[in-house]
Amino acid sequence: MTPFTRLQGLVVPLDRANVDTDAIIPKQFLKSIQRTGFGPNAFDAWRYLDHGEPGMDHGKRPLNPDFVLNQPRYQGASVLLARENFGCGSSREHAPWALEDYGFRAIIAPSFADIFYNNCFKNGLLPIVLPDTVVDRLFRETFAREGYRLDIDLAAQTVTTPGDQVFDFDVDAQRKHRLLHGLDDIGLTLQLTDRILAYEARRRQEVPWLFA
Amino acid sequence: MTPRTLYDKLWDAHVVHQEPDGTALIYIDRHLVHEVTSPQAFEGLRMHGRKLWRADSILATPDHNVPTTDRQAGIADPISRNQVETLGANCQDFGLTEFGMHDPRQGIVHVIGPEQGFTQPGVTLVCGDSHTSTHGAFGALAFGIGTSEVEHVMATQCLWQKKSRTMLVQVEGELPLGVTAKDIVLAVIGRIGTAGGTGYAMEFGGSTIRGLSMEGRMTLCNMAIEAGARAGLVAVDDTTIDYLRDKPQAPKGAMWDRAVTWWRTLVSDPGAHFDTVVELTAAEIRPQVTWGTSPEMVVPVDGRVPDPAEAPDAVRQADWERALQYMGLTAHTPIQEIAVDKVFIGSCTNSRIEDLRDAAAVVQWGLQQGRRVADNVKQALVVPGSGLVKSQAEREGLDRIFIEAGFEWREPGCSMCLAMNADRLEPGERCASTSNRNFEGRQGQGGRTHLVSPAMAAAAAVYGHFVDIREALK
Ligand code: SF4
Repeated sequence: MTPFTRLQGLVVPLDRANVDTDAIIPKQFLKSIQRTGFGPNAFDAWRYLDHGEPGMDHGKRPLNPDFVLNQPRYQGASVLLARENFGCGSSREHAPWALEDYGFRAIIAPSFADIFYNNCFKNGLLPIVLPDTVVDRLFRETFAREGYRLDIDLAAQTVTTPGDQVFDFDVDAQRKHRLLHGLDDIGLTLQLTDRILAYEARRRQEVPWLFA
Repeated sequence: MTPRTLYDKLWDAHVVHQEPDGTALIYIDRHLVHEVTSPQAFEGLRMHGRKLWRADSILATPDHNVPTTDRQAGIADPISRNQVETLGANCQDFGLTEFGMHDPRQGIVHVIGPEQGFTQPGVTLVCGDSHTSTHGAFGALAFGIGTSEVEHVMATQCLWQKKSRTMLVQVEGELPLGVTAKDIVLAVIGRIGTAGGTGYAMEFGGSTIRGLSMEGRMTLCNMAIEAGARAGLVAVDDTTIDYLRDKPQAPKGAMWDRAVTWWRTLVSDPGAHFDTVVELTAAEIRPQVTWGTSPEMVVPVDGRVPDPAEAPDAVRQADWERALQYMGLTAHTPIQEIAVDKVFIGSCTNSRIEDLRDAAAVVQWGLQQGRRVADNVKQALVVPGSGLVKSQAEREGLDRIFIEAGFEWREPGCSMCLAMNADRLEPGERCASTSNRNFEGRQGQGGRTHLVSPAMAAAAAVYGHFVDIREALK
């Protein structure tokens, strides 16, 4: 996993609540058995005017000029600004894969759906919860100013605006540590193998019918 | 000892290790696997040369991509076929039990787990699928995970979790005729919103819930995720135990007795503290129909499409306007004047035997009045949740009722719930669906989904528009 330390990124505002993972990456692209290559299909149904299918040359498809990601001023954005309950619905990890593959490294919203929030951390993508009023303000500033960038510092847990306003955010100590160093979850858990084996031995006694 | 909720008990029993910040490593007893969210996990294991921790904790089946028409022909779409074949190959390589596409026990993961007795009270159960919350109906701690976590469970039999807050949804009294578990859960989502349960484990309790069958409880817990909760829960009682008695993987003999003694403790203690309580009165719940593109956009069948001008805030007003536009609806339209093009009875929410019985009863009643699937309805699909549900329904003659009325009787799978296979809505088509998500494009790009109960879907099929099932049943 790519570590996340600090990011100064261009912001793109996606002004909708309850953006679900079906919208982030439509189902026809979930048939892939790979982990990569989902970026061109992030928000596919909103981004293109035609119907997308796997295997198409996405560079040749007609873009929807009204969709915010397609506007010239937001090209190269790495920070996605969103509304409440972002990432709700299906547990598909293809959603963070697609966002990361597109070029996003951080998402800011007043709230996230649980599974999506969790999936982000596994993929070097930082979801940041900020209060409604702050998110509102960031939306206003992003719309008002072309080239609006935010400075995100994970170690300090801060988001700094171009006007030097600083907003703090919360993140679990364990998740933060793993993301800062790009650590492999499974490798770390396997260091606890003895404890897992001890628990399992006890459980085998208590509920033997759950073991073949 | 301080009284504990059911969630507390399940949590406490599975903690392997706890970090100072409260994050805990919890042990996973059961793992369901399907073709869409597993290939990258198997690949990850291979890449790192890691072994599977416990093959006997896993049950796999393909469900999302499988065709619901004649299976002998195989899967036409090469990408879908590859995904289904990849699951088969991975199961073989890693020594897992798989109910393949031609196995009579194949079906939607959330239907086959319970019917095999693979799902049991007191276990932790995960699957790379958000509707894993379904299994909480058995007093199990069950939740959906992403593919990285699928790989993590395969390699370590554990997951890192933070304890959730607890919510009690308390429903009291007798349900009116024609009102089902689906209507209860849609009414709950309408009340608290799709983010209302975020961060919570949601237990359903009260006399109404105790009166529900296991099928009904599964429908409730299935849609707990649509209220934002990761897990749904129902306490164990006689209904739970009776359901499990003869299931293939349920414990047998002396083990059964030992299991039942323990299962009976899997209830919230009297006086246990819940962080939030939501109360509903069953008598006040009416059959529900969603009108928009989120399950919280729901009204009773005798209601009207709402007016965005009356939305509680500006963000929601914009959402409602966008939803009406997508759905091709105008504010104030009575729900019962909305005509449908297709009807889908199926999905892990409502494809179990009881759901099919409910729908068939309405269809049979229609036949007696000389009604078949209405002329304006282009297609009405019934897709049983598993091969075993299908054969049970056929033994009861339900298939004949559906077919006689003009429904299509299909092979089991996810089908038009998410349209990964050939079953889908065309742009602009409107569907009465017993599934769980009415998101934009969920049932096919440009498709318009209205979520309802099986009886309501069946009634919409024979009338061609939504009808108040309570009136029809009178
Ligand atoms: S039936 Fe629908 S919701 Fe259920 S597992 Fe299949 S696709 Fe997901």
